[in-house]
Amino acid sequence: MSVKQIQEREAALEKSGVETPLYAPRQKIYPQSVKGRLRTIKWVLLFLTLGVYYFLPFVRWDRGLDAPSQAVLVDLEHRRFYFFFIEIWPQEFYYLTGLLIIAALTLFLMNAVAGRLWCGYLCPQTVWTDLFLWVERLTEGDRRERMQNANKPWDLESFARAILKHWAWLMIAWWTGGAWVLYFTDAPTLVYELVTYNAPFTAYLWIGILTITTYFFAGHMREQVCTYMCPWPRIQAALTDEWALNVTYRYDRGEPRGSVKKAAALKSAGKPAGDCVDCNQCFNVCPTGVDIRDGLQIDCIQCGLCIDACDNIMTKIGRPTGLIGYDTDINVKLRQEGKKSLPPSIIRPRTILYAGLIAVIGVTMLYALVTRSSIALSILHDRNPLFVKLSDGSIRNAYTLRVANKYGGAREFSIKLERFDAAHIDVVGAERDADGWPRLKVGPDQTLETRILVSISPDAHPPRSQDIRFVLRDINGGETAIVKDHFISSDEHN
Amino acid sequence: MSSTNPNVKMVDSHTGTATTGHEWDGIQELNTPLPRWWLIILWASVIWSFGYVVVYPAIPLVSSFTTGMFGWSSRGDVAAELNSLKALRGPMVNALNGATLADIEKDPKLLTFARAQGKAAFGDNCAPCHGAGGGGSKGFANLNDDDWLWGGKLEDIQATISFGVRSGHGKARDGSMPAFGRDGILKTAEMSQVADYVLSLSGLPTDKGFDKAAGAKIFEENCAACHGPEGKGDMALGSPNLTDKIWLFGGDKASITEGLTNGRGNVMPAWVDRLDDTTIKALTVYVHTLGGGK
Repeated sequence: MSVKQIQEREAALEKSGVETPLYAPRQKIYPQSVKGRLRTIKWVLLFLTLGVYYFLPFVRWDRGLDAPSQAVLVDLEHRRFYFFFIEIWPQEFYYLTGLLIIAALTLFLMNAVAGRLWCGYLCPQTVWTDLFLWVERLTEGDRRERMQNANKPWDLESFARAILKHWAWLMIAWWTGGAWVLYFTDAPTLVYELVTYNAPFTAYLWIGILTITTYFFAGHMREQVCTYMCPWPRIQAALTDEWALNVTYRYDRGEPRGSVKKAAALKSAGKPAGDCVDCNQCFNVCPTGVDIRDGLQIDCIQCGLCIDACDNIMTKIGRPTGLIGYDTDINVKLRQEGKKSLPPSIIRPRTILYAGLIAVIGVTMLYALVTRSSIALSILHDRNPLFVKLSDGSIRNAYTLRVANKYGGAREFSIKLERFDAAHIDVVGAERDADGWPRLKVGPDQTLETRILVSISPDAHPPRSQDIRFVLRDINGGETAIVKDHFISSDEHN
Repeated sequence: MSSTNPNVKMVDSHTGTATTGHEWDGIQELNTPLPRWWLIILWASVIWSFGYVVVYPAIPLVSSFTTGMFGWSSRGDVAAELNSLKALRGPMVNALNGATLADIEKDPKLLTFARAQGKAAFGDNCAPCHGAGGGGSKGFANLNDDDWLWGGKLEDIQATISFGVRSGHGKARDGSMPAFGRDGILKTAEMSQVADYVLSLSGLPTDKGFDKAAGAKIFEENCAACHGPEGKGDMALGSPNLTDKIWLFGGDKASITEGLTNGRGNVMPAWVDRLDDTTIKALTVYVHTLGGGK
């Protein structure tokens, strides 16, 4: 039910003196199939996006024996995220933050260029609903057939068709959930486990949850998700401006609407006649039940199918296409005033700002990714005791050092103290190299927690607290990492 | 109370609600029945409780209770969780049991595991006296330093943890500082002289003009038997080294005199009967790797 219909209904109810109910019942929508340029684009996008979603987990990527060979893998158990040649550790999760910011800005950019581009073409809700509608047409027929069947009592054929439709929907939904869990563990192994009923319970649970949500969202709730559940239309409406391209009906060209015969009669009588033949095709094909001729509405996801439908009719009756098309609010206003419309301008301060921000964040992230260290160090000074006095009067501090080797092979590091010559360093359980510095061996893609003891002789008269730097150096690769802490020598606060 | 006729339904004229018929000083009690949904939940709960009694432990008997259909108990849940934890740690615990103390420290994986186990056990059992990080306090040894009363080798530490110090266990570390003052062995002046002498051993400030020769003589006659002629102590007896910078009870004259007067003899319990061998092993490695291990 469109906003206009709701308003009309409310007005009628108010007049009749009956108390308005709190919500309007849903009016079932039977979108008609349509062919055209935008429909083709939508099919291509559907195949691309769903193809990537369903098959990406099976793409292999060789990382050696110590790491999984799945190209895209969220390994929650071992706390690693793999994306082709990139491996993200939990402490590097800020990359995901960056991606989310880029995603948000891309959404804003799309909105600045052409309104609800995301809603109409790319949103999973739209894509899956599109697929489910296709199944519905295949099994129960197109708009007219389904509308007729809706009012008829059940017979064997309609029952069989309905069974077939729901079965196909559930299969797609099940596959959707199935593909989801494959991103979290080795896909071929999990498929085998699922088939032999040996998979972990969580796998079945998540498949179940996503099967149910997909089946209900794409099969039953459809446009209600967009109109009532999704926050984006509200945010989008606040973010858009008069320069954004929106699916628009050209009032100036279309009105007054009427049949071809009526228009001819009007024209011959010297009266104005519009191009719209009031065939309702734009309304019939709309997946959200919007009549675009009522203007821009919150239900409209701007999928552009009405453009295809209208263009088809205009071509048939020999009138120019584009009665419904992508247009800006500024042009709608200009035409209303009888002025000439302006060509759409994609390069505007707003789009430049969004594109610039995306570029800056993208480049920053790329730089951070390329130059990131394959060693991560963190250090924790013993809190209790802060320092220890030894039998010869020396002072010793203890630290817990955690070394993360983010490299796919075992590495050996030497650990040195920088600018602290008087101190002596010991690592519990570590061997020393020829120069007397302790050595640490860390396995491939692993972390090592070790206890470091630093002591200083009483003759050095250390201050109460001083800075201390540990330098870790890869013996073979030469890569270094530095971590800072303090050396405490006394309880006294001076 | 006014007289009421049970056959006439009383209705309050202001609200139009039926009353219970009760009236006190002109005030009537409205009859507002419980909401239907509330009653449904009440009766559903009553029905549910029957099933609950059958399925779960519920009714206390004289010396036991009904165990329910599946014999569930929260204690059983805990036991199952502990067992799964045990199973999870099993391979590492076995490796720890099979390895000698020295081997544990050479294997980084075992060392990490032993230190983690040891740290947890230390927090549970040792921290009340020795401090959370083993830093000790007056009378309770700092386990981070390199000064050991009973030896700082792995085996020494294991023996001390197992049997304790003056704990009453047959194999306990034993040996105590006599109460020279209280028992009248030394006079006050003598104690002052020997205390100054002990301070001088580690270069600590002494009273001006104390008689070093007299102090040395008292030391030789009374203290050297345990602390050694040079005051370096003896780990077999647990007598501390008096020449280093570490003082369990304080390195000032008053503390030393207090020790001379009343003696010293703190107790550490024996853990051999309270903790299993694996835990004691892990504790030994943990204490040894705090930094002071020999």
